[in-house]
Amino acid sequence: MEYALLIYEKPGAYEGLSDDERRALVAEYWALRDDPRVIAGAGLRPVETATTVRVHDGDALVTDGPFADTKEVFGGWYVVQAEDIDAAIEIAARCPAARLGGSVEVRPVVEPRL
Amino acid sequence: MLDQVFRDEWGRVLASLVGFLGDFELAEEATQEAFAAAAERWPRDGMPDRPGAWLTTTARNRAVDQLRRRRTLAAKTPLLEIPEPVEHEPDDTTIPDERLQLIFMCCHPALATEAQVALTLRALGGLTTEEIAHAFLVAPETMKRRLSRAKTKIKAAGIPFRIPPDHLLPDRLAAVLAVVYLIFNEGYGGRVDLATEAIRLGRALSGLMPDEPEVHGLVALMLSQHARHRARFSGEDLVLLQDQDRSLWDTSQIEESRGLLDRALALHGRGPYVLQAAIASLQIQEPVDWPQIVALYDQLVRLTGSPVVDLNRAVAVAQAGSPTAALDIIDGLPLDNYPYLHSTRAELLRRLGRTDEARAAYHRALELTPRVAERRFLHGRITALE
Repeated sequence: MEYALLIYEKPGAYEGLSDDERRALVAEYWALRDDPRVIAGAGLRPVETATTVRVHDGDALVTDGPFADTKEVFGGWYVVQAEDIDAAIEIAARCPAARLGGSVEVRPVVEPRL
Repeated sequence: MLDQVFRDEWGRVLASLVGFLGDFELAEEATQEAFAAAAERWPRDGMPDRPGAWLTTTARNRAVDQLRRRRTLAAKTPLLEIPEPVEHEPDDTTIPDERLQLIFMCCHPALATEAQVALTLRALGGLTTEEIAHAFLVAPETMKRRLSRAKTKIKAAGIPFRIPPDHLLPDRLAAVLAVVYLIFNEGYGGRVDLATEAIRLGRALSGLMPDEPEVHGLVALMLSQHARHRARFSGEDLVLLQDQDRSLWDTSQIEESRGLLDRALALHGRGPYVLQAAIASLQIQEPVDWPQIVALYDQLVRLTGSPVVDLNRAVAVAQAGSPTAALDIIDGLPLDNYPYLHSTRAELLRRLGRTDEARAAYHRALELTPRVAERRFLHGRITALE
């Protein structure tokens, strides 16, 4: 089965970390890509760089940033090919965000139509 | 008679079907059909020699029929592997007991606790949706939705039908035991049928996992509490352990409980359920060895870090002869909204002759207790202070 791992970070989780510590965390995310079960993924730039688009009556309304005032910010995702949810959970638990006050949502991906 | 066979076989047949088909919903439908066929035929033709094998075979064949019909109906569906129907009744010995796989699936942490509880009662206990709804005081429609959401999630999210691998087993077993104990405690609040159901589930688990001390510990704990349920109330009044009429205790359950506790201890079990069972076992002996109980509570507090357990430890400390030390423990606990903290404080203050403080503490407990029997008990205590 395919699962999306949606990574939510606690805002400010990286504050106060040294450059080395940050690099180590980034390396952990890259290392996850080496797991053959991880078939796609991307990390996102900080939420300050985000732009939101909504369409009203055919017009695109563009605004700065996400409006939502959330405790967690979407920071990146993986798609994994895993035998079952336990395997997906195991990979999710290795995402640094999960232990740094954030969370990882595990969602089955809709199977492509044959 | 038929009912009993049905209740005993339901979980086994359903588990075998889920294992066979890999689909909970279809397995449940087929199992239900097989049981309906049995209800119709057995009274007329007599019960087969191996009712379990008959039910499993019938259910499998119904499921295979169903899969064939679905394939004909929807030629475009991706080709499912359709298993072959079973020609002969297999031996009981050739049908593996897959109830453990089923219970680990039902109690998977990806399901909400209330769904785990409902699903376990449905799948392993064979209770109907209506019975479960009734036991938890929710509308049958609500329970139906809850169960159906859980089954959908099992399929969509890939919740596995298997005994968890070693590195996951301790956590997952703890989740299973928590569900069983939750069911038991629902029953202990007055609905005896659920307590009995939890004990049935526990006994089955204990047979399926003979090497897990915590399973025996949990069953021992439930039995030692259940053995006393008839003595816990006098009319509508709550009766404390030391005032209970021992002739109302169920001695066979107490004995079974001791046997299971011994087994758990022989397996070097020192987990939370084994410790609680050991405490419960000591509490019903005469005279009660309170210092030993305090020692067990010390271990339990270290293991669980739970302030509620610490409150119980305080009670044991008081019983062992140090009410002042017990009060010190209680006053350090972050349980200000917990009624039993205040009723326990009140008892200790009363014993120490600090009547005014005791009265205030009883009143605080009353403010926090909705249960009628307990309120009556507290009112009685306050009156006795005057």
